[in-house]
Amino acid sequence: MTTTVDATRMLDRDRGLDLLRQMTLIRRFEEKCVELYSSGTIRGFVHLYIGEEAIAAGAMRALTTEDAIVSTYREHGHALARGIPARAVMAEMFGKVEGCSGGRGGSMHLFDLDTRFYGGNAIVAGGLPLALGLALADSMKGRKAVTACFFGDGAVAEGEFHEALNLAALWGLPVLFLCENNLYAMGTALDRAQAQTDLALRASSYEMPAWSVDGMDVLAVEDATRAAAEAVRAGGGPHFLELRTYRFRAHSLYDPDRYRQKDEIRQWVQRDPLSALKERMQAEDRLTDDDVAAIEQDVTAEVADAVEYAKAGHEEPVTSLTRWVYSDDGARP
Amino acid sequence: MKTTYREAIRAALADALEHDERVFLVGEDVGRYGGCFAVSLGLLEQFGPERIRDAPLSESAFVGAGIGAAMAGMRPIVEIMTVNFSLLALDQIMNNAASLLHMSGGQCAVPLVLRIPTGGGRQVAAQHSHSLEGWFAHIPGLRVVTPATLEDARGMLATALDDPDPVLIFEHASLYPMTGELADDAGAVDLDNAVIRRGGTDISLITYGGTLPMTLEAADKLQDAGVDAEVVDLRTLRPLDEKTVLESVARTHRAVIVDEGWRSGSISAEISARITESVFYELDAPVARVCSAEVPMPYARQLEQAALPSVERIVAAAREVVGTHG
Repeated sequence: MTTTVDATRMLDRDRGLDLLRQMTLIRRFEEKCVELYSSGTIRGFVHLYIGEEAIAAGAMRALTTEDAIVSTYREHGHALARGIPARAVMAEMFGKVEGCSGGRGGSMHLFDLDTRFYGGNAIVAGGLPLALGLALADSMKGRKAVTACFFGDGAVAEGEFHEALNLAALWGLPVLFLCENNLYAMGTALDRAQAQTDLALRASSYEMPAWSVDGMDVLAVEDATRAAAEAVRAGGGPHFLELRTYRFRAHSLYDPDRYRQKDEIRQWVQRDPLSALKERMQAEDRLTDDDVAAIEQDVTAEVADAVEYAKAGHEEPVTSLTRWVYSDDGARP
Repeated sequence: MKTTYREAIRAALADALEHDERVFLVGEDVGRYGGCFAVSLGLLEQFGPERIRDAPLSESAFVGAGIGAAMAGMRPIVEIMTVNFSLLALDQIMNNAASLLHMSGGQCAVPLVLRIPTGGGRQVAAQHSHSLEGWFAHIPGLRVVTPATLEDARGMLATALDDPDPVLIFEHASLYPMTGELADDAGAVDLDNAVIRRGGTDISLITYGGTLPMTLEAADKLQDAGVDAEVVDLRTLRPLDEKTVLESVARTHRAVIVDEGWRSGSISAEISARITESVFYELDAPVARVCSAEVPMPYARQLEQAALPSVERIVAAAREVVGTHG
């Protein structure tokens, strides 16, 4: 038997297809959101994840259904990759009862307790303390779960980041901190906001293992997340990953993006995680044009179905405005 | 049995820890130190460090951790050392604890209990002495309670732990040494109703928390002057038991609100507004208020005393409203 390729180092085709499909779904879903926003169908803030899909797709594949997720306001990718149906996410964008938060949260506050998705937090770093509590509860109940907590580079400047990392390390909590460093806190570049820009170094000052990963390489993200999550699950205490990435679009759909150089954006777009995975798979003969076409067709249909579902959804009557302010369902003046 | 406000809370904590394994206590110096006000003294030895958790000075992190643990099915009791420090956790209290249930479409209930010592009178100056419970009562999604008696100190915690939503218990620091008789079988009390602590026909004195004892004393003094005052203890600032307040005022036709918070934008302003909205035509005189002076709390004893409500100020305000001067 002769072989010219080291098969052990080749990418598993099913894994590659799964990751490619996931990233494509997020990309097409968000492109549809832009369209719907432009036509005035959806409103509010819409923070696009385009360019960062490798992180959600890779990280979620490395987590189990027992694990808990805490996310941010840039969370469509996390929610979809976690397995919240595109229908429920889109219906939330439409503000419909069928949305994953019943239309109360919108783009920034997607929740789904069935998948232990504890929502998008729109206060930068506000989700980190919650992640500690989820992890503490799991640990006190003897569950072997990991709480994966996503946040951006901007969060590292907040006091809550430092309080949370210190407490997580002090109490040895099973938290995996996943820092999506896209180099900008809204319009402020990392080096204009933070005296020390090596984020893993800062995390490691709290006595936790921390390292940086190429966030444009979905395979690297999945591998790193798996290794870190396994270490956390084995009782190794909190871990920190800095996932280096870039958002191809502006901060939100309100943002004119005056603060970034076109050249910088162009250079990062050349590292598009979807293209990178396709090229890798094609080079290893693991992907055909038909595969790509099938994924595109499948994903386009899923997004179209989500939009139809959302359109057909129901608007909550204003008479139930104060429902869920308290658990007993009533308003308390 | 003879006990103190402090011991009554400690007994309630021990009870909860003993009977519900989901309950744990977290806060600064709640364990080895025994609590800044010695409320949790001895609990670490009894229940161990897993359930009596000393936290670093990170109000946001440990309050947020309490919220997260509550969402995942635990029943955390988080102590914030003093009310001014609660501002360091305001993001977690307001943006998360109070908002998660609604913004998640009913999925994320937060059965969290926060215990917060509040109030002035101990010469600890402008960063340890305020009465901010009225601020928290502004926020939909929270329940804000203010035990002012031994029964409530003993009984409010258990009911708060049963509540599926966040409950903030404000303990006025001057009440901790308060001593009295408590029934041996004292237990859970309701958190829905204001209570009339003293019946009267001429005027309603409406108060809560740390100013209840002085308001009762003022009522005795007024009695000597021929004014029969009713004293309403609000007990819960949110949701307000409007009915008890309005019925009392409708009977007495006069009201003085005693609130250690600052006057502007306060819970006393809210109560006054509700009285004028609902029983305006029952009033025989304008509503009056006794609040703290609008200054950061000063250290010097005479200045602090001048800033705080007092028996004399309550008596004077009531006599003014009733129209019995001199």
